[in-house]
Amino acid sequence: MERPLTVAVTGLNATDNPGPGVSVIRSLRLHPDFDGRIVGLAYDTLDPGIYARDLVDDVFIIPYPSQGPAALEARLRHIKERVGLDVVLPTLDSELASFIALEPVLEELDVGSFLPTHKQLDLRSKVHLSTFGESAGIKVPPSKVVSSVEDLYRIHEEVAYPFFIKGVYYGATLVRSVDEAVRAFHGVVARWGYPVIVQAFVQGDELDVVAVGDGEGGLVGALPMKKTFITDKGKGWAGIAIKDPELIELTRSFVAALNWRGPCEVEVIKDADGAYHLIEVNPRFPAWTYLSAGAGINLPYAVVRLAAGLPVEPMHDYEVGKMFVRISLDQIADLADFQAVTTHGELLSQRGED
Amino acid sequence: MDATAKLKDLAVSDTGFVFDPYSGSTFSANEAGMKILEGLKQGLSRAEIVFALEEHFEVRGDDLARDLDEFVLLLRRNQLVPADFSLS
Repeated sequence: MERPLTVAVTGLNATDNPGPGVSVIRSLRLHPDFDGRIVGLAYDTLDPGIYARDLVDDVFIIPYPSQGPAALEARLRHIKERVGLDVVLPTLDSELASFIALEPVLEELDVGSFLPTHKQLDLRSKVHLSTFGESAGIKVPPSKVVSSVEDLYRIHEEVAYPFFIKGVYYGATLVRSVDEAVRAFHGVVARWGYPVIVQAFVQGDELDVVAVGDGEGGLVGALPMKKTFITDKGKGWAGIAIKDPELIELTRSFVAALNWRGPCEVEVIKDADGAYHLIEVNPRFPAWTYLSAGAGINLPYAVVRLAAGLPVEPMHDYEVGKMFVRISLDQIADLADFQAVTTHGELLSQRGED
Repeated sequence: MDATAKLKDLAVSDTGFVFDPYSGSTFSANEAGMKILEGLKQGLSRAEIVFALEEHFEVRGDDLARDLDEFVLLLRRNQLVPADFSLS
């Protein structure tokens, strides 16, 4: 019999532009075989997931990625000592490099992870996506990496308007003129730094896939989804699982080409002719991951098992037509909990309470 | 994908709620629309579907064939059948 695992999950910022952490945790809680503990790793004392006490057993504030891997290492060692850790599952783009750098430390601490390599992370990045697409035979909209605002005044010679201005980690703004482009450029740089990616606009339906690669070129599972309600920030507030074998094959090609290890979100545009254009690959679970669990392929649970060195069978069958509809609700939190997180940087449940 | 395969996968409920599993789109069809979809799923010809509509609704006239063509146009527009699909 397998022992219950203690799993740490990041990305508890379940705001109107939610991090994936709460969705990942809910997926784990949904699985009938998961009877482990969840340790939430948060960056801000008001990250909503901290106060979801029915989902998260213990919570620790961790240092922002800008503080570097050494600060994160110290914190993870502390957490391991305090509550024990079997698996860590980071869910945010900006923290991945630090967690990957710390893999030897995690191994030493006997904490499992299932992450891509630095090289894999780099090859699928927005900066290199075009090159990757060419080599893997996957259509990618023309794009250009720019690191100076002056570049934008001649960019139309290579990428026609309208196009997207994208940050290296997050954010995409559609621009139709040089003035809009300059404004979006400064906004992205202020938030995410350099470089900035200019990507051609492709008309069509946006489709997304949540998937997990086994690190040896195989696909553990994939679920394609179409957003049915989009917020003013461009985030999917509702979506539906669709049947799209061709898109799953595209995802399989991506996973095989990079030997992708871990979760990812593949974003494509399907044009009027039915052709797929890969616009982005996010190297982590998306915020709508819970749909995969609801539709019958619980990908977060699969990743936890893989990270713990446990076997996982590829999952193919999911319920087409299963939907997610997001909700905003007000959680009631105790001041004592907020105080614990603010002053001690941690909030522990009573051991053995549940 | 050919029209037969696409139509076969189209989910149509008793109340006329139509779900396209390939696009995730949903539609509402009235009783006549449901009858036409039923005929298309069975692979009936244009004349056979018109006949089925005549029998079911006890109506006659050229309007039926015209309504059928209009409905097929709607199906094409919503990509529920291929762009080159037409009834023989």
